[in-house]
Amino acid sequence: MSKTSRTGITMPAQAKKGAIIEIRAIAQHDMETGYRYTEDGKRIPRDIIQLFTCQYNGEEVFRADFNPGIGANPLIIFTTVAVASGTLVFKWVGDGGYEAVNQAQITVS
Amino acid sequence: MNLFVFCLRVLPLLAILIGLNSSQALEAPKDTRQSSYYLMTPENRAMQDDSNLNPALFWVMDGHSLWREKIGNKNVSCAFCHGDSGQKMVGVATQFPKMQKGKLQTLEGQINQCRTSKQEASILAYESKELLALTTFVASQSKGLPIAVQETPQNKKNLQQGRQFFNERMGQLNLSCAQCHQDRAGLKLGGSLIPQGHPTAYPIYRIEWQTMGSLQRRLRNCMSGVRAQQFEYGSQEMAQLELFLMWRARGMPLETPGVRP
Amino acid sequence: MYLSALGLLGLSSWMAPSLTMAKQPEAMEAIAKIVGSNTIRDSRVNLVIPPLVESGNLVVLKLSIESPMTANDYVKAVHVISEANPSPNMFTAYFTPRSGRAELTTRVRLADSQRVWAIAQMSDGSFYRGYADTLVTLSACTEMI
Repeated sequence: MSKTSRTGITMPAQAKKGAIIEIRAIAQHDMETGYRYTEDGKRIPRDIIQLFTCQYNGEEVFRADFNPGIGANPLIIFTTVAVASGTLVFKWVGDGGYEAVNQAQITVS
Repeated sequence: MNLFVFCLRVLPLLAILIGLNSSQALEAPKDTRQSSYYLMTPENRAMQDDSNLNPALFWVMDGHSLWREKIGNKNVSCAFCHGDSGQKMVGVATQFPKMQKGKLQTLEGQINQCRTSKQEASILAYESKELLALTTFVASQSKGLPIAVQETPQNKKNLQQGRQFFNERMGQLNLSCAQCHQDRAGLKLGGSLIPQGHPTAYPIYRIEWQTMGSLQRRLRNCMSGVRAQQFEYGSQEMAQLELFLMWRARGMPLETPGVRP
Repeated sequence: MYLSALGLLGLSSWMAPSLTMAKQPEAMEAIAKIVGSNTIRDSRVNLVIPPLVESGNLVVLKLSIESPMTANDYVKAVHVISEANPSPNMFTAYFTPRSGRAELTTRVRLADSQRVWAIAQMSDGSFYRGYADTLVTLSACTEMI
């Protein structure tokens, strides 16, 4: 049972070769911690995004393991070197078969 | 100097200086109203201002999708009557709550009214993902515009009732809205600064809720804060209180979608 | 005063207050698991959290680790550990020589006023650490479900 949600990527579309670019990645997700209880004392099961990866022309350049300590609608801002023109693919994987993919093109001169 | 000079020269000067400092100044009184945006930390303000940091933007996108979705027995979308982009909704949210066909309607109420009468679809519950998304989408079209709720002969009675709710003590703690948000705004309560309580940013992404929520949800939180019987969602009392609050904030710019702690 | 009591009530519906005190040894244990018997140097890791937070549900966390970030000398991973959350490991980020800078910003949950640690693991196997202390209050008039 796969589920998904909206994601957003913000990064420059162009960069000079060798420049360090900033990437902002956000996903719409409640990040249910697993530590909360309903009114009648039942534990609400954990339901979080566990893994975020960024691949640049097929090579993984950044990865993060998320735990319940990451806030809802998780945002991560990180950097990468603009080595060549191409595609960056962003993937979020989580509990309950959650998976989201987004991508962005970059032109490196 | 002698008494004569004192009365003739110094006293009038003192009187003018004191007069200038008092609220009955010679110029028009300064607008002392302030959005609770200014009470937030720089990080939270940045979260509201920057569209790629503001989680509420997902609700705007969801709202736009729902706006274009054909639903109900009539199988029409909001876009069918109101246009695809939502641009026709500019200036709409700043007028709510307003009298529609003799009834005081909130923006949420109006959306549901359209759904039942024009689309022949079911109403959406308060705080449901769909209603929040649609309300956020519609209200965000008026971002930056001044709140335009005025007193009219039609809404006067409702406005008066809303004003009464604001000033009346309620709950086990026996406090009125005014006692905190009018008399003690700017002072601290349990480590937090008391805001004036202007509904300039609704629906908001409240960090406390970790999701979007309506003004009515926030008002219910206030009421539970003083251990009062909460007004029901979509009730006449809620609409009246909303009307008063929006009237009280008239002229202030709408910030929707806002972020609040 | 009533409202701070209500605030505590709101917090306890999230976790029992007694857990807060027991968390620091768990944090130290989590760090020990990462570092093993290696020494940890107190430098190069810069962790920034606002010193006063009005709602612990979403707190901006900035991390910056000094490193040339070359193929031979880069930050492999950084583990962020909480001293007061129900679970100490908040997140782990893995950099590469292609990262350019060992920097990131994210938003975390903080259950209570606490110290947060960032443990950086270098490509040569060495460990560095930094920390930030923060006071977490609760926003007024929280929800009673």
